[in-house]
Amino acid sequence: MLHDALLVAGKDLRLEARSRVTTNLVAPFAVMVLLLFAFALDDADVLVSATPGLFWVTVLFAALLAIQRAFSVESADGTRDALRLSGLDPAGVFLGKAGAIVVQLLALELLLGCGVALLYGATLGGPVLLVATALVATVGVAAAGSLYGVLAAGLRIGATLLPLLLLPVVAPVLIAATQAFIAAAQGVPGEGWRWFGLLAVFALIYITFGIFAFESLLEES
Amino acid sequence: MTIDTAADPVAEPRRRFPGVRSEGTGSRGSRVLGLVTLAGMAALLLFGLVLSPQDPGPNEMGQTVRIMYMHVPVAIIAFLAFGVTAVGSIMYLWKRSEFWDLTAAASAEIGVFLTAATLATGMIWGKFAWGTWWVWDARLTTTALLLVLFLGYLAVRRLPGPPEQRSKRAAIAGLIAFVDVPIVHYSVDWWRSLHQPATVSRFDPQIDGLLLFSLMLGMVVFLLAYWWLMIHRFRVALMESRLEERGLDVALAARRAEAEATAPVAATPAGVRP
Amino acid sequence: MSGQWGYVTAAYVMVLGSMAAYAVWTIRRGRRLARRLPAEDRRWL
Repeated sequence: MLHDALLVAGKDLRLEARSRVTTNLVAPFAVMVLLLFAFALDDADVLVSATPGLFWVTVLFAALLAIQRAFSVESADGTRDALRLSGLDPAGVFLGKAGAIVVQLLALELLLGCGVALLYGATLGGPVLLVATALVATVGVAAAGSLYGVLAAGLRIGATLLPLLLLPVVAPVLIAATQAFIAAAQGVPGEGWRWFGLLAVFALIYITFGIFAFESLLEES
Repeated sequence: MTIDTAADPVAEPRRRFPGVRSEGTGSRGSRVLGLVTLAGMAALLLFGLVLSPQDPGPNEMGQTVRIMYMHVPVAIIAFLAFGVTAVGSIMYLWKRSEFWDLTAAASAEIGVFLTAATLATGMIWGKFAWGTWWVWDARLTTTALLLVLFLGYLAVRRLPGPPEQRSKRAAIAGLIAFVDVPIVHYSVDWWRSLHQPATVSRFDPQIDGLLLFSLMLGMVVFLLAYWWLMIHRFRVALMESRLEERGLDVALAARRAEAEATAPVAATPAGVRP
Repeated sequence: MSGQWGYVTAAYVMVLGSMAAYAVWTIRRGRRLARRLPAEDRRWL
C-alpha cells in the first residue's frame, strides 16, 4: 500500500512539476485572496489580529483548487479507468493523492506565511506549534478533500459541489488551526496544543476513512 | 410511459376507512399512527401552552420556557434522524439492500427539515434571551453547521448516474458527514468557551414536575411524528426508485423495439446489424 | 408578558406549520408517484 502511495504521489508531483499549475495558478490566486482581505478589512490593526484566521481561510480556498486539480488530471483522457485497472491498491492511491496535495499545500502555506508576514505585518511566534499545526491541519484537509474530490470528479457540477461538501466538514479544522496559530502568536502555546490534538484526531479519522472507503468511490466512477 | 387505466383502475384500495382512497403512501398502520400522533400533539399543546407553568426558576424566562417543548424534542429528533441516516449508510454499504439506502435518504431529508426548525426556534428563543436573532453560541453554530453538512448529503443523493453508484456515494458521503459531527461539536464548543465566560448562563430553566412531563411528552410525540413522516417519505423514495427502474426498463424495451424495427429480421453471418 | 407569548406563538406556529407543510408535500409526492406506477408496484416491500 505505501509503495503504491509513493508511486501515485510521485506521479502527481512530477505532473505538477511539469505543468506548474499550482505554482502558476493556485499560488497567485491565494496571494490575491490575501489582497482581497486587505481591501475588505481596510484596517491594519484588524488585519494583523485576524491574520491566523485569514491565513487558514486562504489555505482552504486554495485547497479546493488543488483538490479539484488533483482529481481532474485523471478525469480527462480516461486515465481514471487506467488508474482503477492498474492493480494499484486503492488505499495506496488515496494516500498518494492526498500526499501529493499535502506537499503542494505545504509549499503554498510557506508562501502564504511569508505573504502575511510581509503584507499584514504579522509576526510569527511559537514555531514548533505553528509547524505541527500546519502539518496536521493540511493532512486532515487533504484526506477529507481527497474523499470528496474523487466523489465529485468527473461530474459536471463537481467543481460546484466540492466546496459545498468539503467546507462544512473542514470547518473544525479552520477553527482549530486558527486558534492554535493565535495561541502560538500570543506566546501561550500550551493552549494551542489542545487544538493540535483535535486536528490530529481529525486527520487520523479521515485518513482511516479514506483507506477503507476510497476503493468504493473509485469504482464505477 | 403509459398506465393503462382502463385495465387497471384504482382497484382494491384498502377500504378499512370507507371513503378514504389509498392511492398514495398511506396504509392502515400509517393512518393509525397519524391519528395517534395528532392526538399526542393536541395533548402536547394542552400541556405545553396551558397546563404547565411558566418558568419557576430564577432565570426569568417566563412563558418563553414553553418554546422548549418544541425546540428540544425537534433538536433531539433531528439528531436521531441523522443517526438513522448514518446507520442506514453503514448497513447499505454492508448489506447493499435497497431498504437501508432508502431509509438513509428519507431520514436525511426529514433531519434537514427538523434541523432548520431547531435553528429557527433557537433563534426565536435567542431573540428573547439575548435581544438579537443570531449569536455565535455553541449550540446555534453547531446546528447551523449540521444543516449545511446534510444539505451537502442531499445534494449527493441527487447526483446523476447509475442508482447503485449514487447510493454508494451517498452512503459514504453520509458517513463522512456524520463522523464529523462530534468533531464539529467539540471544536465549536471549545471555541465559544474562549469567548463566553462561564458565568453567562444559558437561560436554562429549572426542569421538574409538569415541565419535565411536558418535555417528555414532547419527545414522545415528535418521535411518533418522525416515525409517521419516515413511513411516508420512505415509501415515496421507494416509488421513486421503482419508477426509475421502470423508466430504465421502458427505455431499454423501446430501444430494443427500435432496433428490431430498423434491422432486417434475418441475421447476417456477422450477427444482427444494430 | 404579552411579548413573551409572541415568541412562544411564533415558535409553535413555525414548527407545527412547517411540519404540516412537509407532511402535505410528502403525501402529495406519494400520490403523484403512485399514479404513475402500475398497481403491482404499489405494494410496500
